[in-house]
Amino acid sequence: MAALSSPLRVCRGILKELRSSKGPEYKQTLAYNFVLDQFRKNQVTNERHCRARREALHASHSYLCLLASTRHHLTLHKLFHGKGEREPEQVARLVGLQLPTQPGGKGWEK
Amino acid sequence: MQKDTLKFYTMHLTTLCNTALDNPTQRDKGQIIAAGLKFLETDTICYRVEEPPGLVELQKNEWDPVLDWIEKRYNVLIGSSSNIMGPQIPKETKDTFHQHLRSYNFWALTGLEFIITQLKSLVLSFGLVDRHLTVEQAVLLSRLEEEYQIQRWGNVEWAHDYDMYELRSRTAAGALFVHLSSESSTVKHKLLQD
Repeated sequence: MAALSSPLRVCRGILKELRSSKGPEYKQTLAYNFVLDQFRKNQVTNERHCRARREALHASHSYLCLLASTRHHLTLHKLFHGKGEREPEQVARLVGLQLPTQPGGKGWEK
Repeated sequence: MQKDTLKFYTMHLTTLCNTALDNPTQRDKGQIIAAGLKFLETDTICYRVEEPPGLVELQKNEWDPVLDWIEKRYNVLIGSSSNIMGPQIPKETKDTFHQHLRSYNFWALTGLEFIITQLKSLVLSFGLVDRHLTVEQAVLLSRLEEEYQIQRWGNVEWAHDYDMYELRSRTAAGALFVHLSSESSTVKHKLLQD
């Protein structure tokens, strides 16, 4: 049951998440360098079943899951929950009314 | 990954750190362990339905292997049950788990308790923390009945997916928290031999 995706896929996934959250300058962020560094460090091993490598792969997989699921969760949240407050104009239009216009401003407007 | 507004409800790792630091319920390791073990009595994967047959089959195929794994790994007996009382957990099983949990530090236990509460299962939490399961697998197994219903009746994105992603992100944070709180990584440099 413990078939994890290849390290390359996980690494690419994490970097994609970083790019989508940090924007085009993601390559200069600390996170980017740290992630690549960690993956490089765990690449070189003589042992066939290196425990540290398996642990690191599971941790990176969990991290990727964290980033991706948080992003999806927030996307769905914005899409379906909590539109926030509407402008008074919009509220009026909902019931078919229109806010009156006052030439010269409403007094408190600049 | 906060942009214009801070959404604390998605900052799970931060929340976990704060919980570990503040210890708002003022408990010690022993109490957290006891609470976790108590959960075993109502563990999701030990509670089986008797119908519909499709779900019974699914629970058997998906949950039995995990039970087998944990029973073998820790040399304990847990079992499953389909009556209201639930499984009868032998004392030796609880003692074994108690011993094992004592080896975790306070921060790791805080994280573990969080995972158990999220997944509603101690067995699945152990599976995740022992790296036998991935986060996605653990979440799927925890939500087995929901997934079954979704297969039959269809998916409702704003409810089902929403819940699933939220559970995934919390569980992933918990798993990372436990591993990072327990990790000790050493790099052994082997000398090149000619």
